[in-house]
Amino acid sequence: MRTAWRILVVDDEPVMCESLAAWLREDGYHVDTAASGREALELSRSTEYAISFVDLKMPGGIDGIETMMELKKLQPEASVVIITAYATVDTAITAMKEGAQEYIVKPCNPQEISLLVSRIIKVKHLERENQILRRRLTGRYRFHDLLSKSPRMQEVFQLVRDVARLRSTVLIQGESGTGKELVARALHFSGDRAGKPFVGVSCAALAETLLESELFGHEKGAFTGAVSQRKGKFELADGGTIFLDEIGDISAKLQMDLLRVLQERRFYRVGGAEEISVDVRVVAATHVDLAAAVREGRFRDDLYYRLNVVAVHIPPLRERREDVPLLARTFLERTARELGKEVDDLSEDALRLLMDHPWPGNVRELENAIERALVTSRGAVLTADDFAFLRVPAGNGTGWTVPTHLPLHEVEHQVIAATLKRLDGNVKETAAVLGIDRSTLYEKLRKYGIER
Amino acid sequence: MNGVLVVGMGAVDPDLVDEAAAAAALWGPPIERIPPLPEPEGARDAGRGQWAAAPFLKNLNAALPAGALRILGVTERDLFVPVLSFVFGQAQMEGPAAVVSLARLRPEFYGLPPDPPLLRARARKEAVHEVGHTFGLVHCPHESCPMSLSVGVWQVDRKGEAPCRSCAALARGRAERARRR
Repeated sequence: MRTAWRILVVDDEPVMCESLAAWLREDGYHVDTAASGREALELSRSTEYAISFVDLKMPGGIDGIETMMELKKLQPEASVVIITAYATVDTAITAMKEGAQEYIVKPCNPQEISLLVSRIIKVKHLERENQILRRRLTGRYRFHDLLSKSPRMQEVFQLVRDVARLRSTVLIQGESGTGKELVARALHFSGDRAGKPFVGVSCAALAETLLESELFGHEKGAFTGAVSQRKGKFELADGGTIFLDEIGDISAKLQMDLLRVLQERRFYRVGGAEEISVDVRVVAATHVDLAAAVREGRFRDDLYYRLNVVAVHIPPLRERREDVPLLARTFLERTARELGKEVDDLSEDALRLLMDHPWPGNVRELENAIERALVTSRGAVLTADDFAFLRVPAGNGTGWTVPTHLPLHEVEHQVIAATLKRLDGNVKETAAVLGIDRSTLYEKLRKYGIER
Repeated sequence: MNGVLVVGMGAVDPDLVDEAAAAAALWGPPIERIPPLPEPEGARDAGRGQWAAAPFLKNLNAALPAGALRILGVTERDLFVPVLSFVFGQAQMEGPAAVVSLARLRPEFYGLPPDPPLLRARARKEAVHEVGHTFGLVHCPHESCPMSLSVGVWQVDRKGEAPCRSCAALARGRAERARRR
């Protein structure tokens, strides 16, 4: 449908403007005209143009190249064709360098303009079709903020839908970066509690006493620094959902307190005498094997059974590789928009590399990899070279020799300490580089006694 | 006269104007040939060696009597619009006037021997095309329809004289509406 596309003609000479507009209207396009760059920008703020024909020389105000650059800022997808009566190689080069799709000289051969317009519109049609198909495809695989075409994840989505309306406690298990919190949110926002608060707590990020106060609140003077009464996360989540992340890392005392809350939905603030009653749905998550922790005596079995009423297991990314292209393209589209970069696809070799990567940090690692590649990329398509940082040398790579005499926990200790040091103690960046989330990093820092 | 007027502008072979008139009749409204009009003054661009189309349309508008639907001018002059190197014709989209140039329809323009039947066929197609624009038709994607875009004579030769069904239906409806107004 030609009529769906709008074209803008910008020329200070009315006869030029009108003659080109009339010719394009005969071809079925909606055409607007502007007598100056300023007028063109004004129109472009409210109307989307597939093509803008911009005269190079316009007296007073902004010239054609400047107009083009401003138009591109307003509508990066728009194609700008520079037209001029005074053709020189220099101006042509400048125009093309600054982003003009084409450069034509007046008076133009009708065949030239006709071919040019049909070529640009053909590409626009393909782009739009591509966008619609992708959106349709993405929509089919989307569940709240989760995206997957894997049958195992579709089962997870279905389970979440099935239990969303219940108050049953849910235990979400999966490796770091698989999206446990997103599943918890989907659970909350699919059910009757969607209008009530969703409160998340990372149990690994806080010391035992702090976590206790964080969860249950405290009374004024309960401990040094408790200068006023404060509500805990359970109270804040009343009527809604509390999400207890990294539940496998809590102390024996907190395990007991939590068991009581789960059994009775009642608790005391730290230092308080008044019993507080709440209506809260508990969703817990962990990356550790809780059943194994129970067997080893590190986790209370009664709490485990209380938590594990509905078990949701999120498969790691390496076990659902069919999701890699879908996720990679979605992250690319979103991050490119956020970074203001005109990168819209991944090359075949880049996709192959992403498909082959083991993704120990799962979806979060993939998201970080896309962002990192985008930051340093120069082209309109991300290539395998943009993901060179994923190719970790397997053998004697530069500056890294695989130790063969150390226990695995010692290797982990050293790697975390060295990475943290190199990144000047920045936990966020260290977690991103190591492909784990911050709460997991905090837990490991504590475990190994690493100072920031 | 509630129809389409067809007129030669300047020195034009009257038979070719008749051809244009006969072809334009297929849009439905009655056709009337009127006496020739002079070429517009000041339309010639010495630098380009061509004639601007706009003054032709202006004079045709001025010559349109009350009650007439449309007016089609036929000229031997090589026409242009400022932004393009040439046009085979020019029309006011859903407006009263259109003009057809015979200059580039003649084989002689391309160094070929004259071919009167070919020229007549080309003139008929372009007359249908430009009058079609005055009824609001845009270029048709069907190559065989006279409303398809021509930027070279090979495209004029490729298309037929009878509009496709959708262009014919659209133009008939719009001509009928214009006549009622």
